[in-house]
Amino acid sequence: MATMDTHDPWSLRESYLYDRTVIAEIQRAAREGIYDIRGFGAKRRVPHFDDLLFLGASISRYPLEGYRERCDTNVTLGTRFAKKPLELKIPVTIAGMSFGALSAPAKEALGRGASEVGTSTTTGDGGMTPEEREHSKILVYQVLPSRYGMNPDDLRKADAIEIVVGQGAKPGGGGMLLGHKISDRVAEMRNLPRGIDQRSASRHPDWTGPDDLEIKIGELREITDWEKPVFVKIGATRTYYDVQLAVKAGADAIVLDGMQGGTAATQDVFIEHVGIPTLPAVRIASDALQELGLHRQVQLIVSGGIRTGADVAKALALGADAVSIGTAALIAMGDNSPELEEEYAKIGSAAGFYDDWQAGRDPAGISTQDDELAARFDPLLGGRRIANYLRVLTLEAQTLARACGKSHVHNLEPEDLVALTVEAAAMARVPLAGTSWIPGVDNQS
Amino acid sequence: MSVAEAAETTAVEVVDLATTPLRELNQRLHDLAGGADGPRRWRILTPNGAHAVACGIDAELDVVIEGHVGYYCAGMNQLATVRVHGNAGPGLAENITSGTVVVDGNASQSAGATGRGGLLVVHGDAAARCGISMKGVDIVVRGSVGHLSGFMAQTGRLVVCGDAGEALGDSIYEARVYVRGEVSELGADCVEKDLRAEHRAELAELLLQAGIDDLEPSDFRRYGSARRLYNFHVDNAY
Amino acid sequence: MCGIVGLFAKSTEVEEGLGEHLAAMLAQMSDRGPDSAGVAVYRDPAPSGASKLTLFSSDPLQDWDALAAELRNAFGGAPEAGVRASHAVFVVDAEASDAEAWIRSAHPELRVMSAGQTIEIYKETGRPEEFIRQFSLGDFHGTHALGHTRMATESRVTTAGSHPFSTGLDVCLVHNGSLSNHNRLREELRRQGIEFQTENDTEVAAGYLAWRLRESASLEQALEGCLDDLDGFYTFLVGTADGFAVLRDPIACKPAVLAETEEWVAMASEWRAIAVLPGAADARAWEPAPGVVYAWERQKV
Repeated sequence: MATMDTHDPWSLRESYLYDRTVIAEIQRAAREGIYDIRGFGAKRRVPHFDDLLFLGASISRYPLEGYRERCDTNVTLGTRFAKKPLELKIPVTIAGMSFGALSAPAKEALGRGASEVGTSTTTGDGGMTPEEREHSKILVYQVLPSRYGMNPDDLRKADAIEIVVGQGAKPGGGGMLLGHKISDRVAEMRNLPRGIDQRSASRHPDWTGPDDLEIKIGELREITDWEKPVFVKIGATRTYYDVQLAVKAGADAIVLDGMQGGTAATQDVFIEHVGIPTLPAVRIASDALQELGLHRQVQLIVSGGIRTGADVAKALALGADAVSIGTAALIAMGDNSPELEEEYAKIGSAAGFYDDWQAGRDPAGISTQDDELAARFDPLLGGRRIANYLRVLTLEAQTLARACGKSHVHNLEPEDLVALTVEAAAMARVPLAGTSWIPGVDNQS
Repeated sequence: MSVAEAAETTAVEVVDLATTPLRELNQRLHDLAGGADGPRRWRILTPNGAHAVACGIDAELDVVIEGHVGYYCAGMNQLATVRVHGNAGPGLAENITSGTVVVDGNASQSAGATGRGGLLVVHGDAAARCGISMKGVDIVVRGSVGHLSGFMAQTGRLVVCGDAGEALGDSIYEARVYVRGEVSELGADCVEKDLRAEHRAELAELLLQAGIDDLEPSDFRRYGSARRLYNFHVDNAY
Repeated sequence: MCGIVGLFAKSTEVEEGLGEHLAAMLAQMSDRGPDSAGVAVYRDPAPSGASKLTLFSSDPLQDWDALAAELRNAFGGAPEAGVRASHAVFVVDAEASDAEAWIRSAHPELRVMSAGQTIEIYKETGRPEEFIRQFSLGDFHGTHALGHTRMATESRVTTAGSHPFSTGLDVCLVHNGSLSNHNRLREELRRQGIEFQTENDTEVAAGYLAWRLRESASLEQALEGCLDDLDGFYTFLVGTADGFAVLRDPIACKPAVLAETEEWVAMASEWRAIAVLPGAADARAWEPAPGVVYAWERQKV
């Protein structure tokens, strides 16, 4: 123990339980008397795809050559009931993010980029903007508890319908948009007074439960003459039962968002403490579909912490048909870029740490409604960046798939993977590397 | 016009759901969108509680349904006038954008849910969550409404000639609620407001549109948002 | 999640055709409950001093006649097996509790689906149409009946997990909804001596009712207790020897329709299940208010 006069910084010891972040939050709560609301997804570490490794080619398994030997990446979503399923060129889609949460040019960029590489974007908790429909060749229209902006004309203009039961960041919570982001245009689209702190309902207004969801899906199909695929989006919680229930309710595809999934605004406690990680969620969902004999017939789209082609490939290997990106797309467009370091410092943050998407002061012009800030964001450049990033995700996934001898990324399978940790092995149900041990699974030879 | 033409304009297309699949009926109604040629007047028999009857219409049609319907009758209605000679299940005229939907009997919960425009008239009672999350629709209920009616109601007018159940207008935004009978309990941020001349005029207009001519606007009370929940309250205890 | 139906006969015609009407109602609820189906029929009261048991066997080659002989040896009388698919009904010359206890100890492989004077419970996995056919539901006559079609939410699809759950002599429960505090409540009820066979939330509600009734609550009091002690979303339909009762939780998101004519009283999750009944077009129809017990009872002679 140092004496009272000693100033040796090396003897200072931070508490694990009460570290600086926790101290700052407790003191903020004491000052403000309200919970911490922020954007971004879970920041704490949970088991993820990084804890899995591909086995790759060997004497017993041969790789495919790059370039010459095809590794296909196309995926069709909505084959179960829809007259016009979605045909995507790559197994990566852009997740639902609202106009309101994002600026108009940011939404436009997502549409441009996705269309360039042949994939879809998704509307969010605010409705469909004309720009979005114009710039996105394939557009999925979300039906959320709030029903902001919901109307039959837009429903008919959409290429697919996504009924949102929940999202990974806040399963059981509704949307949130704080007053500084409720601009005139947002207010008009959402039929709200300008400048209020908007909180959406957490349940749908006209159905509760899978038995009534079935009837609701029926209504949406009737209204759109059975043309469009109907997806059901869930935050990962009781995933095994949820997948079965979504299937029984009549979904064409299931969108499953792990707890790491991002949000534009919600309570920090929700983000960090509710839902299961994407890793176990994918495996559970895939197994549930296999049990029902509907794997690949009811498609599985997985999101929540997809960052690299390795994440894409691993999610597909565990049984997903496609993945969806949200946070990564915003980062690709410039969120948290070191170029903005000075700007972040002015608003009390730093590049690489910025998560105040709820505040609407984004210097990158992405998660803001401020005209001046939004004007900084160039939608054509943003579109190029998205297209580039999506290409890299695809190329990386193909590289890994080829190394495992696959001519289509969908031929990746759990047996191509091993785990680095006991948790990941148990969650993904693949063996701990170098062993034949899968924790929790009996009868191993 | 000729006799034949006159007959055509008043001809009613009759569809019996006991023998015609619902999909066929709805498709035929949808095909009349955008001014396409076809019958303007429809009569639908034997609904027997079927769901999504006459949903997604986008044309100035006159549709009469003889009997009780299930969920989501006239869901997302545009321009059409749909009349139900019976009771309706949950989600009647949900998300209606324009046009008129009239029910002779009772409506189950979430009647007019998230409706954006047009008029919904229920001659009997509407159950819980009538006008939930409404975004511009006008709803007139001759009887009573159940609990959580007008919950998160954003814009539009809800008129209740009978009583209102608990938590009326909970978390209401700018919609206006008029009740003639008893209100068992007001929801969070919902308060009684003055019934001024412009409100009596508004009420009179709505009652007229609903075909109700035996009630006095002055006998109603007006309810709306206290606007205390519009923003989070942040202290600054340094 | 599920569909529930209930029918209470007020005329002899409806009593005669009870099974046929119930089958028609149940078929309408297939979409919202594709996993399994079950019914509780109240009919043919056992004579005084005797009781009726409905038993289930998972063995397709179950020798019910041999069991009848064993029951004759144990209790006397001439019990015969009334067999329908995987179930058999026995009228035993003993009080229900004694008969049940004997079955549990002598034949633990059999499941007692119901016990009492008039109740018979049949339930199976599979689609409702299949159930109706297998159990010849159309044959039944009776005074009143409850039915259920199941979409399993948080527990497996098994025969035992299907509704109705019997909660005591001649008492049963069907449920549409999802409880949220049933796990701790199950432990509490176990401590009170109530036994459970599944992870099912409805079984907990049934156990709760059984416990309250055992502790001398009236059916109405027991149901009102649900409002305090059960958390979650529910529409309950409870059957008793004399009739049935309906209760919706205070939030009342799950549907419920009631209808009445001179000939019958009916309850269902959706109107289309009631639409198939004779005279339905002219029935008085209404929706039960949340948190209110609605009950119908036959006048005791």
